Amino acid sequence: MSDTPTPEAGAPILRSVGLRKSFGSLDVLKGIDLDVKRGDRIAIIGGSGSGKSTLLRCLNFMECPTGGQVILDGERIGDARVAKDGSETITYRERDLMAVRKRVGMVFQQFNLFPHMSTVENVMEGLVTVLRRPKAEARERAAQELARVGLGDKLDVYPGRLSGGQQQRVAIARALAMDPEVLLFDEPTSSLDPELVGEVLRTILSLAEDGRTMLLVTHELGFAYRFATHVIYLSDGVVHETGTAEEVFRNPQRDKTRAFIARSSEFSL
Amino acid sequence: MGYQFDFSMVIKILPVLWRGVIVTVELTVACLAVGLILGFFVALLRVSPAAPLRFVGRAFVEIFRNIPALIQLIWFFYAFPIVIGAQLSPFVAAVLGISLNTAAFSAEIYRSGIQSIERGQWEGAMAIGMSRAATFRRVVLPQVFRRMLPAFTNRAVEVAKVTSLASVLSVHELMYQGRVLSSTFYRPLEILTTVGLVYLVMIYPMTWASAAMERRMRRRA
Repeated sequence: MSDTPTPEAGAPILRSVGLRKSFGSLDVLKGIDLDVKRGDRIAIIGGSGSGKSTLLRCLNFMECPTGGQVILDGERIGDARVAKDGSETITYRERDLMAVRKRVGMVFQQFNLFPHMSTVENVMEGLVTVLRRPKAEARERAAQELARVGLGDKLDVYPGRLSGGQQQRVAIARALAMDPEVLLFDEPTSSLDPELVGEVLRTILSLAEDGRTMLLVTHELGFAYRFATHVIYLSDGVVHETGTAEEVFRNPQRDKTRAFIARSSEFSL
Repeated sequence: MGYQFDFSMVIKILPVLWRGVIVTVELTVACLAVGLILGFFVALLRVSPAAPLRFVGRAFVEIFRNIPALIQLIWFFYAFPIVIGAQLSPFVAAVLGISLNTAAFSAEIYRSGIQSIERGQWEGAMAIGMSRAATFRRVVLPQVFRRMLPAFTNRAVEVAKVTSLASVLSVHELMYQGRVLSSTFYRPLEILTTVGLVYLVMIYPMTWASAAMERRMRRRA
């Protein structure tokens, strides 16, 4: 496999090769290979404890993998050092990880908005602190992003005054403002009241229409089916089955996948 | 009790007490300023990823929080000069002793404040490419100050009270003036009662503000 950037269209923007993650003696990811091409929308599904959130969090280094590699746009992340016995260890420098996170955005289950900043300040923060944009320009851009998620009238409101669904849309706007090449969603609706799920899902689907590259970890299989071009079914830290959304949901090849999809009552379209 | 109260001289001593009030305020402000700033850096040591730095921070806190403030004052006035080979003025010795004590307590306020900020706040900031340092400065610290304001106000109240210990070093603050006046006029009951009331008038507003802030924060939470 080549590590040099390949400019050809359809080359993966984000890859993982043999990605492993252990917490102490607990192996959560046991070697995950993943190819994300520009415009792909990948739903990562699986039971709790299957490692799906951890996989997502390793891709923007909210967790540092304990083995394997992440390759962003042809570039290996981290400094590999080969020991005398041939084993390779990779160390990650904060500067490199910051550069990755600028390009790979994330939306969290718990929103993680900054409560001491108004919505527009939340969205501006990365533009000003990370991208060093002038404040006026950043504010304008932030206002656009908030309008796009339907919160153009809430610029100066503090997150504490918003509903969960509105907060999550602010978080999406905050991630979008950075113009990420890949956007990761970590169970974006899991902490929402049922009646607020719809507005967030609609917002995410509207991003799909723009051709954005996205990965989504979710329990909402019905939504995963509508959202995804590709589906990865994780089980016990390995990719158990993968394919297009149509293949995995309509014609799963393996028993475990079939059982997982069948037992989900959400999967009714 | 056949005691004849005579508060008539209280009017006469007010100018002297007022001078004491000024020195008490000076002491309080100086000790708070030094203590809060130094305490902040001690707290940074306390939450540092490096174990030796954490140890230094921990040692500082335990030493200056567990040795009584009175001992620290007296030590800095009588013992410290032997170490450095120069005499400190009573005021400076008092500021040193009380500031270090304040720093130890406020370091713990900062530390618990920093540790009370949810991991998600760090992640939210780091996910948009912010450095740890920028996250700390822009996201964590502002929330620590807000969340810990009642605790800091409490600390200010404590410092204002503790400054009365400086009277043992003959710093001319309120308590010192009260003691001198009461032995000059032979009226300890009236004069020391007045001194106590003056402290109450100075300090109660701070206590009230602290409680009000706590109530407001609880309502908002």
